[in-house]
Amino acid sequence: MQPRKIIRNRAIVDDSFRYVTHADDLAAGGDIIVDLALWLAHKSDLKNHRGKVGVQLPGDAEPDVIADDLSQLAVIAIHFPVFRDGRGFSLARILRGRFGYQGELRATGDVLRDQLFFMQRCGFNAFDPRADRSIEDALKGLNDFSVIYQADAHEKRPIYRRRVS
Amino acid sequence: MYVYTEYDQQLLNERVAQFRGQTERFLKGELTNEEFLPLRLQNGLYVQRHAPMLRIAVPYGLLSSAQLRVLGEIARDFDKGYAHVSTRQNVQFNWPALPQVPDILAKLATVQMHGIQTSGNCIRNVTTDQFAGVARDELTDPRPWCEIIRQWSTFHPEFAFLPRKFKIAVNASADDRAAMKFHDIGVQIVKNAQGQLGFSIWVGGGLGRTPIVAEEIISFLEPKYLLSYLEAILRVYNRYGRRDNKYKARIKILVKALGIDAFREKVEAEWQHMKDTDMDLPESEIELMHGYFKDPAYATLQDNPAVLQQARAASPGFDNWIKRNCTAHKKPGYMAVTLSLKATAVAPGDVSTEDLFAIADLADRYSFGEARSTHNQNMVLADVRQDQLFDLWQELKALGFATANIGYLTDITCCPGGDFCSLANAKSIPIAEQIQRKFDDLDYLYDLGEIELNISGCMNACGHHHIGNIGILGVDKKGEEFYQISLGGNSGTDAKIGQIIGPSFGEAEVADVISKIIDVFVEKRIEGESFLMTFDRIGMAPFKEKVYAAA
Ligand code: HEM
Ligand code: SF4
Repeated sequence: MQPRKIIRNRAIVDDSFRYVTHADDLAAGGDIIVDLALWLAHKSDLKNHRGKVGVQLPGDAEPDVIADDLSQLAVIAIHFPVFRDGRGFSLARILRGRFGYQGELRATGDVLRDQLFFMQRCGFNAFDPRADRSIEDALKGLNDFSVIYQADAHEKRPIYRRRVS
Repeated sequence: MYVYTEYDQQLLNERVAQFRGQTERFLKGELTNEEFLPLRLQNGLYVQRHAPMLRIAVPYGLLSSAQLRVLGEIARDFDKGYAHVSTRQNVQFNWPALPQVPDILAKLATVQMHGIQTSGNCIRNVTTDQFAGVARDELTDPRPWCEIIRQWSTFHPEFAFLPRKFKIAVNASADDRAAMKFHDIGVQIVKNAQGQLGFSIWVGGGLGRTPIVAEEIISFLEPKYLLSYLEAILRVYNRYGRRDNKYKARIKILVKALGIDAFREKVEAEWQHMKDTDMDLPESEIELMHGYFKDPAYATLQDNPAVLQQARAASPGFDNWIKRNCTAHKKPGYMAVTLSLKATAVAPGDVSTEDLFAIADLADRYSFGEARSTHNQNMVLADVRQDQLFDLWQELKALGFATANIGYLTDITCCPGGDFCSLANAKSIPIAEQIQRKFDDLDYLYDLGEIELNISGCMNACGHHHIGNIGILGVDKKGEEFYQISLGGNSGTDAKIGQIIGPSFGEAEVADVISKIIDVFVEKRIEGESFLMTFDRIGMAPFKEKVYAAA
């Protein structure tokens, strides 16, 4: 089987992770991204997991639940159940801003080209676009705009602190 | 007015290119309907009964003559020769063809206009008082603050997919002309006891199927914190607003569910992380924005010049128009003139290509090249010399914009309704016309005093029926068009939602029912009372009795 492709740091790369939603599937080694419930139930065992471990949060998760685990997590994925559900944007900003999370922040689920520009600004650096869409096309979405008004995950100053007089 | 920097223009050009690509992908079948929907909505494009409807943002209602001309050209070249002024100060086209929309947007971009965030579940165009900057009763010009909010809300990366649309209004006068308390956020500019300017912020107002008056979340916010506070409110809403039911998704439902105090707590908790950071507005930015709204080159004049007095004495028609359609101005020797887009038998708010060109010319000749749209669907020339009012009046008469009815019963606010809108239960424009025909005696209208009459074709309340002193709502009764009438609504400082009088009426009866309501008012009013004052004093019962009395 071909490895799945994702976008990471503005490039299309093979993804070494698989998504795990059942406790039965934890035993096999390899890089995994587990659902929040699994993480909360098994996090001490997962310390000994052979491979990297990430967690997938639903958009309405309270970030506090993983606040103490951030250094252990190779990936935090935020799941978008449908394109128009924007909760994950706020969650990403809180994780990057207030919680200072530095690792991979990945958008999963109904992820399409036209959200990518905003997602990247909210701090996502990895995207697992919907399987039925061209990932090359999605990548183009990162370059839709060259100018922005607000501060974001990359530009710390809003427009009004960048004006040259 | 605000003039785009190169930066602003670049963003707009990139947006046009992006939407051109999205439209092409949709037309080629690479985007599904469902995926294209939020994208086109964020560019102001709805799909309606006959054709797509394109909504163009008019930031806080301000238009230059160059912009008016381009709107006129678009109406001529891409539509059926007219445009429509909406109750949110925007402009709508009812007949564009989808493949041409990218070209329309490209043309708009040449005059710094667009449809960005005029629909969809994002922060919409910010609105304000149509007399902003010239009103005698305002604390400060609200427009610099509107522009600050406009920039912050444009392509805000976190808030492009909110639970539902989000509307912000700013008001700086004692008299609320922006219906501030019926917005998701209302920003009221206030002075504290020390005489410092700041904001009182209201949250959770709205109309639609659950009309609610906003509640105050903070009574005095320092100016530098405006954006951080708004951002904190939006974040709480984005995270906790309901998404399972679109009728319960507005912020008003969240505020009601949590209660204002618990909602405030959540906002303040967020805000602690945002205030006193780079988000604070520097004094230099506030000054810069005020600089864009400096007074035009007013002449030094006296109020009430001799030519004006003579013309008023010589022409009762002119004198009357001054009384009804002109508003006092902060500068001596000037007045703000409202152009009535409410002549009988013209759909409220409709303007033709020729009208738009003509208003552009009038703006250039009489009002420093600027005009404004109002949430009551009229237009304003805000800076007219009093010694030129007579000339302007004659030109307006010839154009059909001098109907002296501003604020009176026939100055009806009305949504597009069943003639255009696919969500409508009933037509609204023909109802407006029916009422205008019934009340065609101007002297009688003036005698009635100010009465706000608003009509919506369905519960979505685009015509603001809940807050009309008289409100008319189209309802569907077994496939037939019926109209429910409410009384006592008030969009102003003393904001109130109207009460429903009783069972609804058939289309043919509406104007007669309004007549009976007016008769009760005329009979019961005490010298000097407005319709609203009489209603507040005597209540619903006498109106109900008369309207439902056996014939
Ligand atoms: C013809 C196409 C239109 C459609 C499909 C449409 C649809 C809607 C819907 C669904 C809502 C309710 C949203 C909610 O409560 O969450 C709404 C509200 C509103 N619409 Fe429209 N509308 C249209 C045209 C207009 C026009 C022409 C105007 C101005 C004359 C307008 C002004 C408004 C206003 C002011 C509200 C706000 C009411 C509130 O605060 O809830 N709309 N519209
Ligand atoms: S109130 Fe209803 S009928 Fe009127 S424009 Fe809005 S959605 Fe359409």
